Amino acid sequence: MAQKKTQKKATAKPSSSNSSSSFGGLDKKILLQMHSHMVKSRVLEERLIKIYRAGESYFWIGGPGEEAWGVPLGMLGRIGHGPGNDFYHLHYRCTPTLIAIGLEMVDSIRLTMNRATDPSTGGRNFSNHYVFPKWNVAPVTSPLEIQYPIACGTAHAQKRFGKKAISIVTGGDAGTAEGDFASALILASRRGQELPLLITVQNNKWGISTSYDGQHGEDEIADRARAFNIKSRVINGNDPVESYLTLKEDMEYIRKTGKPAFIEAHVSRLYGHSSASGANPVQGEVDPVMEFEKRLLKANLLTATDAKSIWENFEAEGVRAAEIARAEMVPSADSVWDHTYVDNENADWRKF
Amino acid sequence: MANMAQAIRMALNYAEKNYELKDIFGQDVGAPLGGVFTATQGLKTTWNSTLDERGIIGMAMGIAMAGDRCVAEIQFADYIFNTIDLLKIAGNTLWCTNGQYNLPMTVMTPVGAGIRGSVYHSHSFDAWASRLAGWKVVMPSTPLDAYGLLLSCIKDPNPCMFLKPKALMRVRGEELIPGEPADEKELKTRIDAPIGDRKNWKANWPNAEEYLIPFGKGKITRQGEQITVVSYGRHLLVCNEVADQLAQNGYSVEVIDLRSIYPYDWQMIKSSVEKTGRVLFVNEDTEVTNFGEHLAYRATTELFYHLQAPPRVLAGKNVPGIGLHPHLEDSSVPQKHEIAILIQQICAEVP
Ligand SMILES: Cc1ncc(C[n+]2csc(CCOP(=O)(O)OP(=O)(O)O)c2C)c(N)n1
Repeated sequence: MAQKKTQKKATAKPSSSNSSSSFGGLDKKILLQMHSHMVKSRVLEERLIKIYRAGESYFWIGGPGEEAWGVPLGMLGRIGHGPGNDFYHLHYRCTPTLIAIGLEMVDSIRLTMNRATDPSTGGRNFSNHYVFPKWNVAPVTSPLEIQYPIACGTAHAQKRFGKKAISIVTGGDAGTAEGDFASALILASRRGQELPLLITVQNNKWGISTSYDGQHGEDEIADRARAFNIKSRVINGNDPVESYLTLKEDMEYIRKTGKPAFIEAHVSRLYGHSSASGANPVQGEVDPVMEFEKRLLKANLLTATDAKSIWENFEAEGVRAAEIARAEMVPSADSVWDHTYVDNENADWRKF
Repeated sequence: MANMAQAIRMALNYAEKNYELKDIFGQDVGAPLGGVFTATQGLKTTWNSTLDERGIIGMAMGIAMAGDRCVAEIQFADYIFNTIDLLKIAGNTLWCTNGQYNLPMTVMTPVGAGIRGSVYHSHSFDAWASRLAGWKVVMPSTPLDAYGLLLSCIKDPNPCMFLKPKALMRVRGEELIPGEPADEKELKTRIDAPIGDRKNWKANWPNAEEYLIPFGKGKITRQGEQITVVSYGRHLLVCNEVADQLAQNGYSVEVIDLRSIYPYDWQMIKSSVEKTGRVLFVNEDTEVTNFGEHLAYRATTELFYHLQAPPRVLAGKNVPGIGLHPHLEDSSVPQKHEIAILIQQICAEVP
């Protein structure tokens, strides 16, 4: 508890191009870039839901409500392949992060529509289960929480590599009940063997239908990291400025010290859990994209006309992307054995 | 001759020097102990993990994902079960990513009964492991094979499971590992950590050479005409003994050491059974949904018209555990006399 008092908000030096202190001194360019990515991510997710509703996809799960957290997370990483760059171990609400890293809408749609052209899984896995080795985006898997100890492994390799790259791991609040979450806290914080790992939890207060209160005894999930002497704080993940500044500061801290940091970000879940629960808009939760847009308009950093055209352009891109994906090939039945082993070495016992 | 623990150590040392093996880790794997069976003493890249099997496998997957080669140990296979979904994921990562992320990791773990290990130091894992698609699974019966199979595992770009028959860790082989000093005592002084204070001890590794046993290649350890016996690990040696005994009574038993559980050497089994017309599969994992059953099914469906008798499986009883008292252990896992009796019964059958 004593440590909680030391929890303070991240700040950035004021920049000349932006006088409004409500943006934490962030440059207008960064603010507009965040807004654009957030809108793009939202429009894309809503397109995915429409594709699901049209019967062109078997399942939807995704990240509407996590844009203000996910976008800065993607913008701030050192993006590239191999242990000299940051690793992203994400869960299935990570479209905003991927958009900020450089994901094309069409590639997300290909995944959702299980096309052979889907660059993540070739039509083998659900929506939002991205994987991009060229950006060190580790495979998003359905089993919750396993990404946490795996992230310790990449962080270990990065530490050995010595280029101050870090691993980043994200997941939901309910999933922290899994032992793998505790595994990561322990592995990352051993004295003298600390790992350069940014451990994060996106707390939307739900695990499918189970409320936060039904699952937690701790005051904050962040308290669990504090128990391991991990720099830890809770932020409003619906505010992209707070997210950006906190992430920037903590990423710098990890690169500098080689030690882990922990962020619990409070976020929204705007379309419920997944298509299994209807994927309908929910009322009463903060919409981080609309809130941010309002702030930008009010501060005259964005005009209403520009905002409108940003939404429209992404909408049009989404429609086009769906048309492209719709026309593409699906995986062939005889490809089931492909990639069981490297170089398609035979794994079918009938041929041993 | 090296024992299996020494052979494993030599393979790990070879891989550290030649295959860029960067991490060998697990519970008590690092100094000063070097593993509960001493198989990781004196190596450069060993470290002690936390006491957390899921943490071990998860980290191994991450290290492999970052492109480094590692060997992770689960101290006893009895404690691997809480990692089973991670093992599944390690096996399906390449497939799920459509060929994009391969995991060059090896997991090694001691398996099986035979040391009076009671309920939680006697589990087998070969049948379970055979269901982990995407993995290659091996189980040696001799130190030389342990050396050659472990090197193949470490060099392979896929996840590989190296099952160490714990009862064989101190058993010496009959063949030298390439580069191994011929004098057993010399090897011991060079690579076995001394009892007591080891702070200043360093292994003086012999110049072992590359020796790879390919996956999916079995070995005929006894030539015979009447019946084929297929086994691996500890029971392979038992089957050899039985074959030698029965030979004195005029039986001609062909014994195949499968060595590699997946992929496996079907061609070797096939040509042997086509010759003998009779086949028995022996292992100590529990008998229901046993790997031997898969092989027996295959022998039945593909070699039916060559058979003189139904294929059989002799495996561990489908009981919840292996009890400590010798009466309990011995009636749970296949014993020499049971193998001998069954071989004779099968040989006596006429269609
Ligand atoms: C290990 C595991 N158990 C159960 C599930 C089924 N499941 C999928 S999502 C989910 C709830 C996750 O809640 P939370 O961790 O809070 O993340 P959120 O979906 O709210 O972002 C469950 C139980 C799963 N995918 N993996």
